[in-house]
Parts: sequence; C-alpha cells; structure tokens
Amino acid sequence: MSNYDITLPLTREVAAQLRAGDSVRLTGTLYSARDAAHKRLNELLDAGLPLPIPIENATIYYAGPTPAPEGYAVGAIGPTTSGRMDAYAPRLIALGLCGMIGKGERDALVVRAIRKHGAVYFGAIGGAGALLAEHVEDADIVAFPELGAEALRRLTVRDFPAVVVIDSTGMSLYESGRAEYLKSLK
Amino acid sequence: MRIVRTEAITEAVARLCIEANLHLPPDVTRRVDAMRERETWGIARDALERIAENREISARTGLPMCQDTGMACVFIDIGRDAHIDGDIYAAVNRGVSRGYADGLLRKSIVSDPLRRVNSGDNTPAAVYLDFTDGDSVTVTVAPKGFGSENMSRVEMLKPADGEDGVLDFVTRTIELAGANPCPPIIVGVGIGGNFDKVALLAKRALLRSLDEPNRDTYYAELEARLLTRINALGIGPQGFGGYTTALGVSIEAAATHIAGLPCAVNICCHVSRHATAVI
Repeated sequence: MSNYDITLPLTREVAAQLRAGDSVRLTGTLYSARDAAHKRLNELLDAGLPLPIPIENATIYYAGPTPAPEGYAVGAIGPTTSGRMDAYAPRLIALGLCGMIGKGERDALVVRAIRKHGAVYFGAIGGAGALLAEHVEDADIVAFPELGAEALRRLTVRDFPAVVVIDSTGMSLYESGRAEYLKSLK
Repeated sequence: MRIVRTEAITEAVARLCIEANLHLPPDVTRRVDAMRERETWGIARDALERIAENREISARTGLPMCQDTGMACVFIDIGRDAHIDGDIYAAVNRGVSRGYADGLLRKSIVSDPLRRVNSGDNTPAAVYLDFTDGDSVTVTVAPKGFGSENMSRVEMLKPADGEDGVLDFVTRTIELAGANPCPPIIVGVGIGGNFDKVALLAKRALLRSLDEPNRDTYYAELEARLLTRINALGIGPQGFGGYTTALGVSIEAAATHIAGLPCAVNICCHVSRHATAVI
C-alpha cells in the first residue's frame, strides 16, 4: 500500500496507478454533492441541458457541510453514504466523472462503470467532519443554492486525506482489507 | 406540585443540541481510546487515530464532530410532581430550532418523506415522553445521524429461534451494514415488546453508558458475547478491515407475547452523541 500526493483534477493515468488500500492526499478542486443535487443533475441530463460543472475528470465528494463559522470556508464536512448515489453515478462516470469520495459500498453497476472508464472511488473517514473541514480552503455554491446543505459546491482542498476503496480495476478495499485482516489472525 | 416553565425546556434543548454535537460523552471517548490501543491492524489504527484527532479539532474549533448533526431525538422524563405550563412538543421544537441555528448545525429534516422539502430549522424533533418519580424534568438530546440509522433493522423472530436466533440476527445486521454506518459502531439491541416497542428499546439502549452492562447478568453476558462475535467479523474501522468494528453492545429487553420474539438493532456510529440536563 502506497501513499500519493495528488493534484486535482485527476487524470486517467493517475487513477490507473492507484490501488485499493493506497492512501492519498488530494489538493485542488472538487465538487460536493449529495442526494438532492444528484437528482437535479440527472434531471438536467434528462432534459438535454448542460451540467453546471465541468464533468470531464471531475471528482465529486458526497457531502453536505454544516454552515461555515466566521473564518472557515465550510463547517464540518465528512462523507455521506455513497450507496445512495449509486442510481446516478454510472451516468456521470460515462460522461467523464473520474473520482468519487464517500463512504460505504457501491453497487455492481457503479463498479462496472469504474472499471470501464478507469475511474476511482475514495473513502474519507466517516464522522471526521471537523478534521476534514481543516483541509478545505475555499468553497462556493455553483448550483442549486435553494437546497441549502445539499447545494452543489465547488471546494478547494489541500492535502485532503482519503483512502482508495475501489480502484480502476474494480478491486475493493472493503473485501480485500477484511479478508487480509482475517487471514492475518490464522 | 412544581411548575416547570416551557421556556426552561426550550433553553435546555437548545443548549443540549449544541453540547451533544461538540462533545462526546466521556465513556465513548474512553472506549475509542482503549480500542485504539488494542488495535493491531495498521489501517484500522490510522482510522482510529484520525477519529481521536477529529474529536480534538472539534473541541478546539467549535465545529461539530460530524456534518450529519442528526435528527434531534429528545427524551423527556417528567416527574410525577412536575407540571409543565404549556405545550411540551412546541417547547422542544423551539429549542431544536434555536440550537441548530445558534450552533451552526446542519438542518437535515425534510417536512414530508416523499415530497422532501427541507423544514429549514431541523424540526420537528422525535420526542419521547416518559414519567418518573419526583418533581424534576430530565431532558436528553441525542442527535442521530442517518448513515447508521439507515442500516438498522427490525425482525419478528419466532420464539423457537431463541437466543441463537437473536445472536445471528444482530451479527448478520452488522455484517450487512459493513462500512456504511461509519464503524466503529455502538450497537443498541431491543428484544421483546411488540413491533414498535422493540425499536424504541434498541434506541434507548444506545443512551446507556458503555461502562454499564445490563443489570441482568444474563443480558450482560449476551452483550459481551455479541461484542466478541461482532469484532470477529473483521470489518474494522470504516470497513477497511481490523478488529474494531464495534465499541460496545447494549441490550434492553421487555415482556412480549407467547407467539413472538421481536428483535431490533439500532446502530449508532462512533460519534455517539447524547447530552442530558435536569430541570
């Protein structure tokens, strides 16, 4: 398992190097969106309208922050459960989405899209919202402000810590990590 | 008879919403630290270290520990000699509204489950009333995140399923939950009652200190056995693999029907928040 410092936006070449279990620190631009924003993005695509973010090589962080106190770009901002975005993710991956950050399992269709398009799924520490907020330097709402915490935000992050959970070959840390740990006990 | 003003309840709820989201109960922090010492698997230990660090950053900065500042679950035990001078539900909701605004907590409640419009102030709260001795009113606010709530389950087991059926159902629930509820988790188990009561037993079990096993030694032993079984699953912190899948298991049991063995598992993440005040 390796450590990488990665500049966003991702490239397919960088994504291809990463393996499940690697630790990364991400620096650059990503977008935060969760349930309601994904539903809106899907509706835009259904209507044949353009997306409000450049989706090619983008990374989406499944998160909805608490309100920002004075002097902070955002409030607490840990990951939400990614599985709720499984219904929408393959379509976005096919359009160029390269990275996703969240927590928890993805379904078979998402894993297949990750493999087909050379994308990557990262896990951030669930419940570490205050720690992760310290890695967000700037934030602004780029779409759906009426959704409040669920608005689509552009975030500038520095050394944002995450772990590769599903790599571009489809290997999952949730399977391999548990299996290796249990094997180590024998 | 002592008169308790609704404004006192509002004030307590507002304060407790903020306190619970910024400071974990000491039994939870002690248990996380003890499990971190015991954890031998590298990536698991790293995750537990980050979790401990997050707690310190939250206390230092005033940012909530988790962005999911929860649905406000408010448990109120009313002394039989206390009289509340107004609408207790309205008083609680005013407190939630005030606490979530003043504490810069996230407003995570939609007013209707299908039409899904955010209520804007995190109300309504889930309010649970009970009666107790004396003339005071005890208020506990337990903000509940939905990453873990979504992985909770109820099963109407058969009496013949017995103890093994309960152990299997609870363990299987945790295995199915995997990484989703942000392990390490705390497992609240309800056994008995009926379909709705068993879920509340499980939720109330989450309020018990991790340092206090069930007073009935039979159930205390079941709690210990379940914790051993769950931590043999290998899911580990965040599902990355490791020993520390659960920090603790609390069981609450109640009388039930001759035909039934209801069992509920209410999962709480490591940010197990609850704060109490006595008015």
